[in-house]
Amino acid sequence: MSKTAIIVENLSKIYRLGEIGTGTISHDLHRWWAMKVMGKEDPFLKIGEANDRANKGISDIVYSLKDINFQIEQGDAVGIIGRNGAGKSTLLKLLSRVTSPTTGSIKIKGRVASLLEVGTGFHPELTGRENIFLNGAILGMRKKEITRKLDEIIDFSGVERYVDTPVKRYSSGMYVRLAFAVAAHLESEILIVDEVLAVGDAEFQKKCLGKMGEVSKGEGRTVLFVSHNMLAVKSLCSNGISLDKGSVQKIGNMASVIDAYLAKTAKVASSFINIEKESEGLTLHTMQISNNGIDGRFDIESDLVFDIKLSSTKDFEAINVNIFFNTLEGSLIFATCSKSEVIKKGTVTFQCTIPGNTLNDNIYNLDVMVVKDASKSIINLKDIISIEGVEEKRDGAWLDKFPGLIRPQNFKWSKTNTHE
Amino acid sequence: MNQQQEEKWDLVIEPQSSLFNLNLRAVWNYRDLLLLLVKRDFVSFYKQTVLGPLWFFIQPLFTTIVFTFIFGNLAGLAPSDIPAPLFYIVGITAWNYFADCLTKTSTVFKDNAGIFGKVYFPRLIMPLSIVTSNLVRFGVQMILMLLMMAYFYFVKDSHFHVTWTIFLFPVLTLMMALLGLGLGLIITALTTKYRDLAFLITFGVQLLMYATTVIYPLSKIPEKYRYIIELNPMTNIIEGFRYAFLGIGEFTLNGFVYTLVCTIVFLLLGVIIFNKTEKTFVDTI
Repeated sequence: MSKTAIIVENLSKIYRLGEIGTGTISHDLHRWWAMKVMGKEDPFLKIGEANDRANKGISDIVYSLKDINFQIEQGDAVGIIGRNGAGKSTLLKLLSRVTSPTTGSIKIKGRVASLLEVGTGFHPELTGRENIFLNGAILGMRKKEITRKLDEIIDFSGVERYVDTPVKRYSSGMYVRLAFAVAAHLESEILIVDEVLAVGDAEFQKKCLGKMGEVSKGEGRTVLFVSHNMLAVKSLCSNGISLDKGSVQKIGNMASVIDAYLAKTAKVASSFINIEKESEGLTLHTMQISNNGIDGRFDIESDLVFDIKLSSTKDFEAINVNIFFNTLEGSLIFATCSKSEVIKKGTVTFQCTIPGNTLNDNIYNLDVMVVKDASKSIINLKDIISIEGVEEKRDGAWLDKFPGLIRPQNFKWSKTNTHE
Repeated sequence: MNQQQEEKWDLVIEPQSSLFNLNLRAVWNYRDLLLLLVKRDFVSFYKQTVLGPLWFFIQPLFTTIVFTFIFGNLAGLAPSDIPAPLFYIVGITAWNYFADCLTKTSTVFKDNAGIFGKVYFPRLIMPLSIVTSNLVRFGVQMILMLLMMAYFYFVKDSHFHVTWTIFLFPVLTLMMALLGLGLGLIITALTTKYRDLAFLITFGVQLLMYATTVIYPLSKIPEKYRYIIELNPMTNIIEGFRYAFLGIGEFTLNGFVYTLVCTIVFLLLGVIIFNKTEKTFVDTI
């Protein structure tokens, strides 16, 4: 008999765009007056609109989630998928109580452990062992629980030799291993995992996925898992929820949810994307895609040009822009990166040209990353757009789909007649 | 589906909850975290330092020397019936504890935005851990104070006497901690939206010290202005400390009750505002 572990009812969350901080006293007073004194609804809730990055909205209130309803049975492994900005992270934040919903409610049975990030609260000066205790306690474990599982955690992490060394001397891989090891040993009925598996090497990723599978299937705990990696989601989760612009697009069997999601994303190729993401004084404004394509699809035989517009409020020594081409399932096909450029205060445009006859007639999910000093990623936008290639004409007799994720045409082939 | 309404839920997340739902039970469940945070503060404080925990002594010692010289000798503010260093070290030790509690809790949301944005635990744990680790520090500094008292009593043959109010010492310490905590909580909750207060606090605490009887005894204040200094709840605590350890100063029951009431009011107000803010501060900070 399965029982319900989580019920989400009419859940909404709004965010106010733009400057938050000074100047909100008048908003606060306005809201207080309307709600508490006059007994009306929150006046700012009425002007909200769906969260759609591609269009410039009129209102500065945006629904990150709007009227979400679903329920999850105990022991289910549920994958949550959706484009960037679809509300996945907001949903996880609400479920893990980091922030409160604007309206609606979530009812939960059992203890919740959420892993929105690995190694939250790790202190660089403390040793691995001390950090296991600290991090475990932050995630909600009692000290004696941690003591009991200490050997298991150290063993799982594989950093036994360094466990009495301050973690600031760890490599980033070791750090992540240790952090995940702590989280994996939480004794909670519900485990919420954000895309933390994107770190660590392949072997460790496999171990993490294995552990999560064990948690959901073997121990009968409920797992909520958010990822862009469709393969991982598919292998781990039996049921899925796909979010789109803050609303539930589809709920059900994982495979059918993925199909619905992929079918939907493939159509949304637009040639101009409004991004407006700011970090460390650098803003990524827009990305323009130019090509002679038709209906949002690009012609694979002609050049595909990306214009990425940035502006900065200060000078940077070295900035480079990267574009990652992923499959729909989320595995990387290739990445391309600009040279490191000196950026002065003002606006610049990076242009990247993918020559015609490089890509195939597939759907590509693009990530854009801006890197400072060739080492630090300051803006990292996953899955910002999907583009689909179309082949308009082909010479020769072979008319079926050309195989492969890409189809570069400029490799050298030649023929010589050899004689004995 | 009807039966679900009757089911018992461990956790219901809703936009707002009652103002007085302080969730103290959850705080108790996380007591291990509090102790680990205190330990973290200590270990990270003296790691990679040569003098290590000795640094706890150095700051009050030098402050006492400087205060004795400037306010005692140059300005002549110290009372004549007691050695000036003793007068200052008692005031400084107590004041430091209050000031540390206040300034460190007043930035708790800003400093921990990273952790708070990623994982839930009762937010009150963080300020409580600050007050507790400062309490340990205060204890260490008390040792320095007692050493100085012993030095002046036995070596310098100074005259002072410990009075019965020494039994109020734990109460006075607790009041200081909670007063600092309460004020700090109010300020940190407000700074999530209005950053201006963050600037106010750093020099505000310094100014407040001059409005407390740290560098001068209450008796040196002209009668006209005395009520201003007495309105400051910290004055009664500092006076209480001096009366307990040195037998000087003006410690009255009225003052004590007044400070106690102030402490309770600020603490309740602070905890309520803090609890209300913690739910959504991640969105505004």
